[in-house]
Amino acid sequence: MNEMTPMKQDRKQTFTGHQALILEEKLIFEIGSADKSGVDLEPVPEVNTRLGDCMAPAKPDLPGLSEPEALRHFVRLSQKNHSIDAGLYPLGSCTMKHNPRLNEKMARLPGFSDIHPLQPVSTVQGALELMDELAHWLKTLTNMPAVALSPKAGAHGELCGMMAIRAAIEARGELETRRRVLVPESAHGTNPATAALLGFKVDEIPANADGRVDLAAFKDKLGDDVAAIMLTNPNTCGLFERDIIEIADALHEAGGYFYCDGANFNAIVGRVRPGDLGIDAMHINLHKTFSTPHGGGGPGSGPTVLSDRLEAFAPLPYVVAGENGFDLIELEAQSANQPFGRMVAFHGQMGMFVRALSYMKSHGSDGLRQVAEDAVLNANYVLASLQDVMTAPFAGPCMHEALFDDGFLKGTGVETLDFAKAMIDEGYHPMTMYFPLVVHGAMLIEPTETESRDTLDLFIATLRDLVRSANAGETERFTNAPELAPRSRLDETRAARQPILRWQAAEETAQAAE
Amino acid sequence: MRYLPLTPTDRGAMLSRIGVDTIDDLFIDVPEAARLDGPINLPPHQTEMQVERNLLAMAAQNKTASTVPFFCGAGAYKHHVPASVDHIIQRSEFLTSYTPYQPEITQGTLQYLFEFQTQVCELTGMPVANASMYDGSTATGEAVLMAHRITRKKRAVISARLHPHYRGVIDNLSDMGGFDVASPADSVNGVEDLVALIDEDTSSVVVQYPDFFGNIMDYSTLASEVQSRGCLLIVVVPEIISLGLLKRPGDMGADIVTGEGQSLGNGLNFGGPYVGLFAAKEKYLRQMPGRLCGETVDADGKRGFVLTLSTREQHIRRDKATSNICTNSGLCSLAFTAHMTLLGGQGLRHLAALNHARAVHLADKLEGIAGVEVVTPAFFNEFAIRLPAPAEQIVEALAEKSVLGGVPVSRLMPDSNMDDVLLVAATEANTEADLEIYEAALRDVLKGVSA
Repeated sequence: MNEMTPMKQDRKQTFTGHQALILEEKLIFEIGSADKSGVDLEPVPEVNTRLGDCMAPAKPDLPGLSEPEALRHFVRLSQKNHSIDAGLYPLGSCTMKHNPRLNEKMARLPGFSDIHPLQPVSTVQGALELMDELAHWLKTLTNMPAVALSPKAGAHGELCGMMAIRAAIEARGELETRRRVLVPESAHGTNPATAALLGFKVDEIPANADGRVDLAAFKDKLGDDVAAIMLTNPNTCGLFERDIIEIADALHEAGGYFYCDGANFNAIVGRVRPGDLGIDAMHINLHKTFSTPHGGGGPGSGPTVLSDRLEAFAPLPYVVAGENGFDLIELEAQSANQPFGRMVAFHGQMGMFVRALSYMKSHGSDGLRQVAEDAVLNANYVLASLQDVMTAPFAGPCMHEALFDDGFLKGTGVETLDFAKAMIDEGYHPMTMYFPLVVHGAMLIEPTETESRDTLDLFIATLRDLVRSANAGETERFTNAPELAPRSRLDETRAARQPILRWQAAEETAQAAE
Repeated sequence: MRYLPLTPTDRGAMLSRIGVDTIDDLFIDVPEAARLDGPINLPPHQTEMQVERNLLAMAAQNKTASTVPFFCGAGAYKHHVPASVDHIIQRSEFLTSYTPYQPEITQGTLQYLFEFQTQVCELTGMPVANASMYDGSTATGEAVLMAHRITRKKRAVISARLHPHYRGVIDNLSDMGGFDVASPADSVNGVEDLVALIDEDTSSVVVQYPDFFGNIMDYSTLASEVQSRGCLLIVVVPEIISLGLLKRPGDMGADIVTGEGQSLGNGLNFGGPYVGLFAAKEKYLRQMPGRLCGETVDADGKRGFVLTLSTREQHIRRDKATSNICTNSGLCSLAFTAHMTLLGGQGLRHLAALNHARAVHLADKLEGIAGVEVVTPAFFNEFAIRLPAPAEQIVEALAEKSVLGGVPVSRLMPDSNMDDVLLVAATEANTEADLEIYEAALRDVLKGVSA
């Protein structure tokens, strides 16, 4: 471990602009050409076209590249990305765990990847069986009677859960009166956004000094106008809501429904079943707990488990097992229940279902429990190893992520953002910053269970060295950071004030300016 | 457990650094009533080989598009994806990266998103596009909500020839959000009088291009009529390859264009993951949902890219956000951009022409069968035919002959009195021999029906 601060030095300039393995790469539109293609196509046979009056006069004005050029373009771009495969990615609340390659191989089996969502159900029995088995695992792990598989991501699953709640309230004839949704101030931004989308009024619940829902304040807010609570558990401070059963009981007594944001399910999978906590709906991010790749921001998948109070309102479509095999219920008329409607064309993220089931089967019941335990162990190890030099706003133990505030940076001239950017020069992706909003200058570290002790030890030593550096007044290590990344700090204000959202040829840009 | 690096020795040492005796001590905040004594009742862990064997058995029960003459469309299309596209999206740096919130170390993702946005703008003829949505249906739902925000009205007029599932997504959002929708009567073709349905509370008119039955028509006149009544025209493109050959919705005057990008770079995947396209006129930029990638410079003056205008988004605006969307379809948009880059505009035009030619050949052949009528006068790569028997029955009979012959309209629109209408798509993935097999199989099946 090198305890010395690296000397600041300007990077050597090169003729090409490349810096050894970091290769500058222009946009496709600057290197491609209109008459180039990387795809060989059969000749177009003679036909009498039937395009009416809709044929475009010219081909799209987009350049092409040959295959070797295209590969080089995208490979060079890829080399400017941090990734889990290359190093620790401790983004709190994001669960950046290893993505097993077996899952990729399974999702690419033609039997799953090369089937059409509307081909006859008799020709896709294996696909329906896979969805049914995935549903079984999700229901059993959560002790919930039903699951809607179709939501396309976490926020979409939230929407699904809240729509089921809204449908249940409507069925009770209380839609006019139950207008309020309670959301803790530490919640993900998607929670209030989802409630607002459905016309609910968002009412914030304060946190207590322990970083959890203030039970008394919560009970004060209950009433016959409360539709639901949207609570993340473990919460965004990385803490298990100790009073969760009491919260559920009081809420149910008041006639409300319990939506749980399942983003942090990784901390408890195989050890705690949300159904045992009184939850009515919870989305599960297959791209977090069940290891489907984040892919630079999607695709995700957000199956949503539902309690017996909401089961009847599950959206279309869903799979049922019958005497003659599996069937898909795609229409309200086919359903024995009261589905609230349809969230998406087709049946959900099949590609993600295959990956998630592959992951679950690989771990099994025993392995999933170990996942939660190791994730929690790793986070507590980080917390225990750093809390003497960084400030933890809440006492441990934490669950799967360790939260720090910026108290330890006070008076150093270094802020959370600078601290995070200095981590980039050390080869790390920063932790989640400035979230949750309930602590000042938050730094939320989620190592996940797929990091080794050696990796964590070096990470811990690095952060300790950064703290030492901040305290020693070596502010340039922070305020100039990152200096070794493919780009230094980017001007986000300029990007927002003068938005350039697409490439345009120089002459077009000049015309637009006139 | 092959995915877990901690050893029992590690765990012991780590627990003692933490200062507790057992792992259970770290779960003390879990209420006693919810603590489990042992493992949940599910099978134990399996080797890689066991899992593979198990999933292979399930996969083997499905009839795959590449192994049979295949003609299903209706919003998901079988196209050839170049091998290099799948290689590109499996690069670790793309596959296992998060949303690019730290732009200094995610320029790879950001640059391809900027390229994606540019390609979507050029294909649709619109000035701004976002960095993708979940899929075409959810993008369309968001477009209606956006039109409501822009016009402060809350009723949408929807073509009866919008994909019924897309319509379902809009209906659901409308039910839940307290909005209204109106539609003309169902019809396979002809001109719908959508303008007549506009009232003073109408925000938008939604049409599909090509529509659900495959019809293509120029919406330029409709656009100006809709706009002269203070409404927005939303044009939905379910088959993006069509824009290699067809007039662009932007050139017809569309205000918002949504679409399904699956056909470029992405497989059928039984319906997902796909990639939603979303483009709009510049003046509506700040009402757009989803992520936007923008160009800027770094501290050294070098060009770089960042996510921008995020003050529209949920993580900043919370309950005042334009949408609750967080995740998009990053990797699917990369597949789209890689495939589009390999094709180039010239390749896309060629590919589109090939699709159209196959579809015309197929229409020619099917029209020659007694009792079969092609009911879509102008189309791209998909059209509707009327059969002398219920389409679902014919499709099942064709499937028994290992021909996946299309999508019966009744599967999606059971109350439309179109039990005899079948949607048939042909693409470059169909050989001329496939078309002949289909023709012969359909003749054969229909003989059985009339007998």
